[in-house]
Amino acid sequence: MKKLVMIGNGMAGVRTIEEILKLAPEKFEITIFGQEPYPNYNRIKLSNILQGDTNFEDIIINPLDWYKENHIQLFTGESIVKIDVEAKTVISDQGHEVAYDELIIATGSKSFILPIPGADKQGVTGFRDIKDCEMMIKSAEHYKKAVVIGGGLLGLEAARGLLNLGMQVDVVHLMPHLMERQLDPIASTMLKAELEAQGMNFLMEKQTVEILGDDHVTGLRFKDGSEVEADLVVMAIGIKANVEAAKNSGIYVNRGIVVNDFLETSAPHVYAVGECAEHREIVYGLVAPLYEQGKVLANRICGLVGEPYKGSVTGTQLKVAGVDLYSAGEIFEDGASTKSIMIYNEFEGVYKKVLTRDNRIVGIVLYGDTKDSTRLYRMLSKKEDISGTAIFQMGNSAEEADDIAAMPDDELVCGCNGVTKGSIVEAIQTQGLTTLDQVSHCTNAGRSCGRCKPLVNQILAHTLGDQFDAAAAQKMSICGCTTLSREELVAEIKEKGLTSVKEVMNVLEWNNEEGCPKCRPAINYYLGMIYMDEYKDDRDSRLVNEKMHANIQKDGTYSVVPRMYGGVTSAADLKKIAEVAEKYEVPLVKLTGGQRIALFGIKKEDLPNVWEDLGMPSGYAYGKTLRTVKTCVGAQFCRYGTQDSMALGIELEKKFERLDTPHKVKMGVSACPRNCSEAGIKDIGFVGVDGGWEIYVAGNGGVDLRAGDLLMTVKTQEEVMEITSAYLQYYRETANYLERTSKWLERVGMDHVQEVLANKETVKALNERMDQTLKKYHEPWKEAIESEEIQDKYYAKHTIKVGE
Amino acid sequence: MVQTISRIPVANYSNLKARAGYPIKIDDKEIALFKTSKGQVYALENRSPHPKGGVLSEGLVSGEYVYCPVYDWKISLVDGLVQAPDIGKVQTYAVNIEDGIVFIVL
Repeated sequence: MKKLVMIGNGMAGVRTIEEILKLAPEKFEITIFGQEPYPNYNRIKLSNILQGDTNFEDIIINPLDWYKENHIQLFTGESIVKIDVEAKTVISDQGHEVAYDELIIATGSKSFILPIPGADKQGVTGFRDIKDCEMMIKSAEHYKKAVVIGGGLLGLEAARGLLNLGMQVDVVHLMPHLMERQLDPIASTMLKAELEAQGMNFLMEKQTVEILGDDHVTGLRFKDGSEVEADLVVMAIGIKANVEAAKNSGIYVNRGIVVNDFLETSAPHVYAVGECAEHREIVYGLVAPLYEQGKVLANRICGLVGEPYKGSVTGTQLKVAGVDLYSAGEIFEDGASTKSIMIYNEFEGVYKKVLTRDNRIVGIVLYGDTKDSTRLYRMLSKKEDISGTAIFQMGNSAEEADDIAAMPDDELVCGCNGVTKGSIVEAIQTQGLTTLDQVSHCTNAGRSCGRCKPLVNQILAHTLGDQFDAAAAQKMSICGCTTLSREELVAEIKEKGLTSVKEVMNVLEWNNEEGCPKCRPAINYYLGMIYMDEYKDDRDSRLVNEKMHANIQKDGTYSVVPRMYGGVTSAADLKKIAEVAEKYEVPLVKLTGGQRIALFGIKKEDLPNVWEDLGMPSGYAYGKTLRTVKTCVGAQFCRYGTQDSMALGIELEKKFERLDTPHKVKMGVSACPRNCSEAGIKDIGFVGVDGGWEIYVAGNGGVDLRAGDLLMTVKTQEEVMEITSAYLQYYRETANYLERTSKWLERVGMDHVQEVLANKETVKALNERMDQTLKKYHEPWKEAIESEEIQDKYYAKHTIKVGE
Repeated sequence: MVQTISRIPVANYSNLKARAGYPIKIDDKEIALFKTSKGQVYALENRSPHPKGGVLSEGLVSGEYVYCPVYDWKISLVDGLVQAPDIGKVQTYAVNIEDGIVFIVL
């Protein structure tokens, strides 16, 4: 076997290896050196991590098992310092010397750090890898004020992430317009206005000349003499190819490692691919061209005659919530030779410009509505003659279908991964695929930036025709331990009569025998939902807070929140709480957002005693269950109140407390539309009006801020209870585990839920299932106090003295 | 210098429950014992290597791994190594079981 060595373990390089393994699985003995301590991950998604949409585990593209399965020797945390092109060996910083027959340099790039005084201070970072991300997340815990230098793609994504982390963010930009290489001034101005509305502050046309501070950064100074404060500085002005190893070894380097159309460097048997390579004087920094390069290089290394790489036109989009933006090709008119086609709707915030030359599209800028992007990009890259073609479509579904049908098979759908319509259709037909998730797994389409997912979905719909089920097509497997979706899992449990978490994982062939913290709590929930009062709860499959019936805090202590129905308490209860707080020297007593009193900092081993002394039921402030029903004072005391909000709140809370739900559920009851209990941002909110109650649903006051929608108006308290019970039970039976009602309702549709609840028989059946489920619950604190076994297993601490 | 290795009895094997952590304190050392569903017993320092810390004893046990209860890091019970994409290592302690008594070697 020939020896193939790769320096670098990033997206472009590992993709090249994947292509090589496809072409010639047995040809090479492969060794990879990666400087970062991780397997290959999706760098594009770093901004999603920063913005809190995903976590590190979800962005790994090739887990360590992949390297093992393909017999690849991987050295992580190790970089190559020297390439001996004569002896054909590489030498690492840890002294490993490895011989090669073919060598790929895929070292990528690093953040360009401005060469100004103070750039080496603590608190200054680039935005390039997991380490940078972690540093920014950590900074946000301790500091308030961030400055991002660079108003380009990366800088704005970083800035949005820092805003999400609760920091105040200034963006410093050298030029008069943001993203000036991708956007024209109109689009750029619209973008700036939107981002300012989101809370970013811009310092335009400022050149940073110094970073201030002692050890740690405290601010920046600009060329005009002005200064700004900063606890964290993120440099996002550009990237710089990692070329040192190549340069030191005598390989020809310009801005990047110079390669020809077959990715060959100046040294024989040495190739470069990705962000470290310079091809026809261009260094690419986007994933699509790098994957194209990888394909060409794989052919070359496997000795196949393939197409040469001729360079790429690239399209970019900004991954910032609330901003829909796409740009490709040229941006500026060059006087005589270009003609532009424009739509500018300032009122709705939509701007579209297509730049043409000689009847062909040469540039695209879309802002506010980017659904034309894939089609226009295709016309641009294929240099289609656009005479007589409608450039902007008004987008009704009939036209969309025509569009898919008219799309030739060799057209690129996923630019990142080079997947054509033909290969998607073929995969769907030959492998019987029915979901977007499956298509992505089989073809790679949509696995990188995800922009093409709507188009892939349309192709799926078109290919399957009548067989296409829109809801099912969106299916996702519940976690990495299985390929089953929630629907399939629930169906299998019912069909095969599976009755325990263990049995589910066994019979349904989980690839991780004992599951993970994603699937085990989910299975436990679904079993309890299906078998109602017959299922024996698997306490060890619950997440820590539910297992312990208390909220774990970051120092390993717990908080205790007793039940206070409807937020109504008494002098006697307050005395008891005060006595417990004193007796156990509780470090913090705090009123919660849900009208409760929380005792923080209780030691685990004290929990059962605290509960016993309180003598109150658990407030379930830790559970995927009904948390609190917040109420206003209402007609009992308030001169505006039209209904008895406290009585309804207490009745609701007494009925539904302890019920397992897919995610936490909060309720609010107000006695008039002034809405003092903030019922409009609760999962279910009730507002008293003259002669009845309005029921609002799917409100959310948290991460996913959303005003509730009016489900219906009813006349009596009995109706309120009946509809609430049916609604909650329907949510329990159809939502994914960990799906809040706000997301769930948007997924299934308000019309659909109203239709379900309009049927009297259905409402009755839902109520019966709810009532049967509610039979099974016991007060968990009381249970713990009375059971030595529970205390011993969950709350005991064993102290051992040595030398006795 | 004589190096002292102590072997300390810490629990009855039968008192350990499968798939659950068992926190112990030896002088000022906080240690968590874990019994897997196959009956193996492991001892780790009872502290998550996550920068914010936290305990491990209440984590979810799956096979030969425990998931840190607060930050969901996956940690090998065998060698204490944090699994990718996170990095770090938890101190592990050798465990002997004799006549139903679990000993830790310090």
